[in-house]
Amino acid sequence: MTLLITIFAAVISTAVWYKNAPANDMKIGVLCWMYWGASLMWFVDAIFEYAELGAEYFTPEAADMLNDSFLGLSVVALGLVIWVVVLLIKDPRGVVRKAMISAK
Amino acid sequence: MACFLVPAAEAVVTTVAGKVMEKKEGSHNAEGHEVKIPFTRKIGWLNNMLWGGSALLAFEHVWHGEVIAKFPFLTAAANPEDAAEMLHEMSTVGVTMALLVTTVWFGMVAVSSAMEKRMNNMAEEEKEESAS
Repeated sequence: MTLLITIFAAVISTAVWYKNAPANDMKIGVLCWMYWGASLMWFVDAIFEYAELGAEYFTPEAADMLNDSFLGLSVVALGLVIWVVVLLIKDPRGVVRKAMISAK
Repeated sequence: MACFLVPAAEAVVTTVAGKVMEKKEGSHNAEGHEVKIPFTRKIGWLNNMLWGGSALLAFEHVWHGEVIAKFPFLTAAANPEDAAEMLHEMSTVGVTMALLVTTVWFGMVAVSSAMEKRMNNMAEEEKEESAS
């Protein structure tokens, strides 16, 4: 479930990036790279788990699935938090800088 | 257990390599109107995938209680038996993760290079046509 949720996040962020390209004001690329990197890594994890468990891999216990879904959503949330931090630090539209100057 | 450490270690190496290349590249840009993505930007794609993926995987390990806030930070490192298992996992799962991400990146670099070449050829042909 974690892998699936991360892949969905990667596909959605890539579609949003493509829709706005070549403008990079919102740094959506950061989200794309992060989610695709994690998806590839969890894909490897899934292959090793499948090699160990066989078909059982596809029939997880309900409690495990719920925990994995919760983890997947938390991972997506963490990715979004990292993206917001990068966006505010890089500040491509100069919004934070302007706000700080006007607050002085 | 600690598989994310392998791609994270690769990320450190590629980030340092990228910084060194950036200094060497300096203001040396593509000639004229030639379409060329700088290699430092391409290595940035790999860095982002490795750092981003490692960060999210590290969070998963915290979630499962495999990474803790006190020394030795990895629960598996507390006893030799678990440490051996952890090292085995790093050398199999971790290395495969790093290899897959790098392979995908090589594919992206190859595709982008082919696209650059095609665009430059088309621009050259248009130039020749307008000149004749």
